[in-house]
Amino acid sequence: MDSFVLQVTAGLANGGIYAAVGLALVMIHQATHHINFAQGEMATFSTFIAWAMIQAGVPYWIAFVVTMVVSFVAGLLIQRIFLKPVEKAPILTNVIVFVGLLVIFNAFAGWIFEHTIKSFPSPFPVEGMFLPKYFSGHQIGSISVTLVVLLSVFCFFRFTPLGLAMRAAAFNPESARLVGIRVSWMLALGWGMAALIGAVAGMMIAPIVFLDPNMMAGILLYGFAAALLGGIDNPWGAVVGGVILGVLENILGAYVIGSDLKLTMALVLIVTILIFRPYGLFGKPIFSRV
Amino acid sequence: MKKINHIKALVAVVALASASFGLNAQPYDPGATDKEIKIGNTNPYSGAFSAYGSYGKAQAAYFKKINDEGGINGRKINFISTDDGFSPPKTLENARKLVEQEKVLFFFATLGTAPNTAIHKYMNQKKVPQLFVQTGASKWGDPKNYPWTMGWQPNYISEGKVFAQAILDNQPKGKIALLYQNDDSGKDLLLGLEQGLGARKDMLVARETYEGTDPTVDSQIVKLKASGADIFIHGSGPKFAAQSMKKIAELGWKPTQYVWQVSSSIGAVLTPAGIDNTVGLITSAFSKDPSDPQWKNDKAILEYEAWFKKYLPGADPTDSFYIQGYMNAQTIEQVLKQAGNNLTRENIMKQAASINDFRLPLLLPGVNVQTSATDFYPIERMQLARFDGKAWVLFGKTYGD
Amino acid sequence: MSAISKKISLVVAALAAVLLPFVLEDFRVFQLNLVLIYAIAILGLNILTGYGGQISLGHGAFFAVGAYTSAILISQVGMSTYLTIPIAAVVCLVMGVLMGFPALRLAGHYLALATFALAIATPQLLKYKGIEHWTGGVQGIILDKPTPPFGFTLFGNELSEDRWLYLVILAIALGLFWLAHNLLSGRVGRAIVAIRDQPTAAAALGINLTFVKTATFGLSAAYTGIAGALSALAVAYIAPDSFPAFLSISLLVGVVVGGLGSISGAIFGALFIQFVPNVADQISKSAPWAVYGGMLLALAYVAPDGVMGILKKIKNRRQAQ
Repeated sequence: MDSFVLQVTAGLANGGIYAAVGLALVMIHQATHHINFAQGEMATFSTFIAWAMIQAGVPYWIAFVVTMVVSFVAGLLIQRIFLKPVEKAPILTNVIVFVGLLVIFNAFAGWIFEHTIKSFPSPFPVEGMFLPKYFSGHQIGSISVTLVVLLSVFCFFRFTPLGLAMRAAAFNPESARLVGIRVSWMLALGWGMAALIGAVAGMMIAPIVFLDPNMMAGILLYGFAAALLGGIDNPWGAVVGGVILGVLENILGAYVIGSDLKLTMALVLIVTILIFRPYGLFGKPIFSRV
Repeated sequence: MKKINHIKALVAVVALASASFGLNAQPYDPGATDKEIKIGNTNPYSGAFSAYGSYGKAQAAYFKKINDEGGINGRKINFISTDDGFSPPKTLENARKLVEQEKVLFFFATLGTAPNTAIHKYMNQKKVPQLFVQTGASKWGDPKNYPWTMGWQPNYISEGKVFAQAILDNQPKGKIALLYQNDDSGKDLLLGLEQGLGARKDMLVARETYEGTDPTVDSQIVKLKASGADIFIHGSGPKFAAQSMKKIAELGWKPTQYVWQVSSSIGAVLTPAGIDNTVGLITSAFSKDPSDPQWKNDKAILEYEAWFKKYLPGADPTDSFYIQGYMNAQTIEQVLKQAGNNLTRENIMKQAASINDFRLPLLLPGVNVQTSATDFYPIERMQLARFDGKAWVLFGKTYGD
Repeated sequence: MSAISKKISLVVAALAAVLLPFVLEDFRVFQLNLVLIYAIAILGLNILTGYGGQISLGHGAFFAVGAYTSAILISQVGMSTYLTIPIAAVVCLVMGVLMGFPALRLAGHYLALATFALAIATPQLLKYKGIEHWTGGVQGIILDKPTPPFGFTLFGNELSEDRWLYLVILAIALGLFWLAHNLLSGRVGRAIVAIRDQPTAAAALGINLTFVKTATFGLSAAYTGIAGALSALAVAYIAPDSFPAFLSISLLVGVVVGGLGSISGAIFGALFIQFVPNVADQISKSAPWAVYGGMLLALAYVAPDGVMGILKKIKNRRQAQ
């Protein structure tokens, strides 16, 4: 029984990781209606920047904030420079650009920072502040950070005029322009915020999985699954989705299908959700007109 | 007078003739000249396994040092290393290019079991030495069927057997749990373990694998703990071994822990895992760990560190792949020195198979490099060591032959 | 170009293609084999993505299935090498059709996402213990290259295994390209494109969306599966590591470079993905993929119709003069 509880709590902790990545994906999708395949690599690169600063002696929280700012600006610039030219192009071209960015970020991370595994510090105490038997300090800390990010994203989109403007710009760019919303800048802002969230996710994940250029390779997929499960337009959904995914993965892995098919499980989940309930558990169905 | 002129002329003609026939005493195969030896290699410098590219980088840096110091027997080493991204088709393509177009003398330290398997047959068909393959798989020591291929490091089956032996000696009633990498290396370790346990195979009560893409192995550790084992063997890569050690401590579980040599670096694994969590860990070692304080003033380590600073600036010194790549390069240096001016592929292979009790300075005192026509396993010996919080303290006998 | 001179140039081109391996060294022929194989795979993906508008980031999976089908049949069942190729095609056709059904309900990025997930999960699936007995697990399957049925020498080079394989692959490639050309320039092609551009209207016009879309998926998969089977023969060894996620990405890159919706563009795409990594490797050891990615981006902006688009523009400009 104890073992079962441990599996569940380990799953909750992992779920926090997936939720964090899922939040960044939800942010981009809400702002641009695109799926950013490069999200993982961008987050990894941001984490490397933080790592470099910490190695140079910068205190953790300063490095943390600076990384967030740098990532925000970078995300904004990426949208302006790389995505604006293909805004009107077919989806495939956009996908090509995302894939190109994925490849470039991964390659640069490896080039600049090398491929050896690095440990990334955690700002939280080693012992869990709460249920220390089942959770470590970092796990509690990172789950808390994820919840803070979640609340911020939710409040931003729901309660602020800017958030509303962003959602409008993604939903119906033509109409949004007519009411004076600068659609292009909304998209850029969305990218900036997603990059910021991704950086936070990366910095929370790195202490657990250790930092190397391929850190996000598998996690990105789980992040997608989490976001889809909860509804790709719903930040709460991403977090709930992440938690469900984490626990499910551990329980299934431990008691049902064995640990060597976890990615397959994520794949099956993604496909199943997309086919049967593409708007996720908490999303709303979207209909298109001819 | 005329007769002497005739004789002089005859002598001159003979001398000219023999010179024009290239009466060169140096036997060379493609890739070897008076000034240069061309060596071919592939490493995964890109892709999911790019962490292993450190081996190739270390080797390139070592050859640079040799060249700076004048080369081997007056010849510079031209080390041509290409990226195969750990994809076997690419390895084959690169190998063919290096053999057929660049005309290298031999292949050295190609990394990875799958990549090497892809070129295994080809190398032997073309009779090009595939030397000191950089993987711990056991299948490279087969001179009867593949006389042109040779491994280098102690293979993982041997290591598994050594662990089994140690466990049978010290904890004959123990229950073993194993976390191993889901690839040929991990499977070799498991195989060696089972072979070493023999009739007592039932001592292995639980085993779990993981994928390189798994974020954590917490779930596997929890499951292994539930088996009630009191011995734990880490057959996982450095990152996952560190995670495992941490998790085991967090769960309050205190099994006797063994870790295979791949993940035994103090700097790269034990420190991130938490030094307190790793006291008492046992490993099998064949070389000196530069992050181990007991070798702080060891001459070979100091030499290594000086070389590292000069030729790999900015690289991470705790990465144990560098030192292994370095040692492998030293081994081929020895082979080339033995070959002297006879640089045919056949002789290179012959020299590689005649390394007699070569004591690489970075090897542990009891370990040597030894090969023969029937023994294609250069390094087989290893010794157990226990971590005391600061260093790997060697104990017990030296295993292997 | 008059009909006769066009015919003559085709014959000359065919003759050149057949004679080419005999003026090149063996290893270059091996590389050419890989180019032809990738061209077939890229053509397959182009049928689905370029013509059909269904984005697949996971075609490496079909490549893998084709390769493993052929390898397993040869090594475990002892089947004749050449017979395994059509069987691999059929297996992939069925698999593609089956996958086409769920794909019906996925649009644009969602299909890209689902297939992306497939690409990432493929190596793990191939290593699965349950089917290890057939697939050889992590160790993979070692094959023998098919031997030429007769021997002769031309231009000083003998008919080696690589050259023989080249001729086999060339014949298959020509057949597949011809088939694709015929299908896609006829009614079938128009139906596929209609569904891509205006699905609801196409349905209203009586085109059976389900049938056409799943058939497209199946055909696309079959092509790529054949390429996979041929790759198993050319390399004579397959393992899960031969089919990483990057393979699927490479195929997509090949489609983009060659030109979406272009059949002959597949050759350019194949040349690109075969040789550019080699070139990039020489520019910088650590970042060949950065150069690769950079070219991807450059093409997306500058030449969205790929090489074929550029060539067409040049031709149009010439004709206008």
